[in-house]
Amino acid sequence: MIVFDGVTKRYPGGTVAVDNLSLVAPNGKITVLVGPSGCGKTTSLRMVNRMIRPTSGTITLDGRDTARMKESDLRRGMGYVIQHAGLFPHRTVLENIGTVPRLLGWDRRRTDARAHELMEQVGLDEVFASRYPSQLSGGQQQRVGVARALAADPPVLLMDEPFSAVDPVVREQLQDEFLRLQDELGKTILFVTHDIDEAIKLGDQIAVLRVGGVLAQLADPAYLLNHPVDDFVADFVGRDRGYRALSFQPTPRLPLRPERTLLIGETTQGVAQDWALVVDDANHPLGWVEPRRVTGEIRSEMLHRGGTVARASGPLRGALDAALSSPSRRGVIVDDSGSLVGTVQAHEVLNAIEEAARPEVADPTNPGAPAR
Amino acid sequence: MINDVASWLLDPAHWTGPDGVPARTWEHIWYSGVSLLIASLIAVPAGLLIGHTGRGRVVAVNLAGAARAVPSLGLLFIMVLFLGPRLSGDAASLWPSLIVLIVLAIPPILSGAYAGVEGVDPAARDAARGMGMTGWEVLSRVEVPCALPLIFSGLRSAALQVVATATIAAIVGIGGLGRLLIDGQAIRDFPQMVSGALLVAVLALLVDLALAGVQRYAVSPGLTGRTTTRGGGRAATDADGTTDADGIPAPGAVFAGEKELAVRREAGKTEPRHNS
Repeated sequence: MIVFDGVTKRYPGGTVAVDNLSLVAPNGKITVLVGPSGCGKTTSLRMVNRMIRPTSGTITLDGRDTARMKESDLRRGMGYVIQHAGLFPHRTVLENIGTVPRLLGWDRRRTDARAHELMEQVGLDEVFASRYPSQLSGGQQQRVGVARALAADPPVLLMDEPFSAVDPVVREQLQDEFLRLQDELGKTILFVTHDIDEAIKLGDQIAVLRVGGVLAQLADPAYLLNHPVDDFVADFVGRDRGYRALSFQPTPRLPLRPERTLLIGETTQGVAQDWALVVDDANHPLGWVEPRRVTGEIRSEMLHRGGTVARASGPLRGALDAALSSPSRRGVIVDDSGSLVGTVQAHEVLNAIEEAARPEVADPTNPGAPAR
Repeated sequence: MINDVASWLLDPAHWTGPDGVPARTWEHIWYSGVSLLIASLIAVPAGLLIGHTGRGRVVAVNLAGAARAVPSLGLLFIMVLFLGPRLSGDAASLWPSLIVLIVLAIPPILSGAYAGVEGVDPAARDAARGMGMTGWEVLSRVEVPCALPLIFSGLRSAALQVVATATIAAIVGIGGLGRLLIDGQAIRDFPQMVSGALLVAVLALLVDLALAGVQRYAVSPGLTGRTTTRGGGRAATDADGTTDADGIPAPGAVFAGEKELAVRREAGKTEPRHNS
């Protein structure tokens, strides 16, 4: 557990980067620090491993004051991932990953075995072990960066915009894999980003900071989207927050309708509906066809693939999006194995949304206050 | 003329004895080697310290610049006049010559060392500190290995100048290949002078070649781009199947020169730091 207690960073000349920050990053959770440029989020992160020293206030790690710990010991005990990965260009991938274990005095064999294990965990093929950072793509470099931070199995990870220098497709992959990894490892993570969507996707709790280093709101993602504390936070979390908040609402039992399905290669004779759903042998939805405009057998290229598919166990956002995006206006719902269970219409999803409870407000006089 | 030079060089009499080519070459190498060693002992640690701490850069740049501007011959005479009466025998000529060569060698070595350390990717340095390396560990495990290409380029540039300039030791009466030039001039033996100049040039190139060999061995392939990509030059592919143009290894320059030095210096400055 990382506890900020009244932490302030004031630079000579009077600039205040972080102003009286109090914050708890609980064990095994991802705490995201988010805010615009100049809000002190990176400064806050770097004060945890004392790359920057606080002017006043204390930061404790599992109850121990970090100011009283030896800097090198403190830092070797927490993983550190930065924006451009910061890999050592003169060392191979394997040597990069083994940096902290070597500093801790592990022998070569143990270090290498651990590095190989981590490469597998972060999804790096074995062939990269002997390559140098200059031979890797940005996404691969960042995987090495994450593996290197995890090498000595530290309980705490500090991550400073680790995914913002890679392209959006790779970023999304890295985020998904990061969440999968965190499910396995359960580290205590402090994560800095300027991207509110990333914060909402990754954070168990989100601390929104405003310029000048003041904590504006600390809440879990659903609460933040539903109850921003003020105009600044409301603006920062974005316009379509009502829709995005649906990402955190589990889908209740929807009134699903059975759908007439066809297989590739079948003909549409005798099908009366305007739209029919085409599935494969395992009943996985492939796309829609308009039977009256199809002559002969259904071929793969005839399918309308515009509609998204939602899992029945997923959030409401998926079900609503499936209904809205479907050419037939009927949203396709599947089970966890991807097999069709039925379709649902947008107004039915909206009914479900209206009936669903909104996150409880703890203090009606100050709805933005963190829920206890 | 070419024939005269060739016959001078091929004359066996010029390749034996204390004033033969091998003995003179050995003296030349000895003066150059000692000067380079002493210059390195001074300039490398100083350069690394300046690069690591970021302090004293302005002083170092100006001192190095001033040292480059000192005329070697003028300094040699001042040193002889100053040190000559205080030393006896060969030392009275030897030390002034060595000091001139040391002064000549320090600026390129110094600027190579500090530019090398200064040019280390700030993200790599930040990561090194953030992972708990002490200042010394950051220097020895990250900064120096990354700075090696520029340290070598400074060293090679110094070596070329020192080998070429070591000829002036002969002016104050001691040995080296310069003797061939000075003595040849005295007796108007032009083939001998040309031969001497040729030998100095060849020696300088051989020394540079030797240092290039050491550099090739000492510098990590990750820094030079001399890496072999397994799988036959395909573009690097993310494990998840996405290709990324960034993944193609850049064809790196093997020869580190002044140009690379300037480029690296610029590169070190353009890295944006997204801080908040």
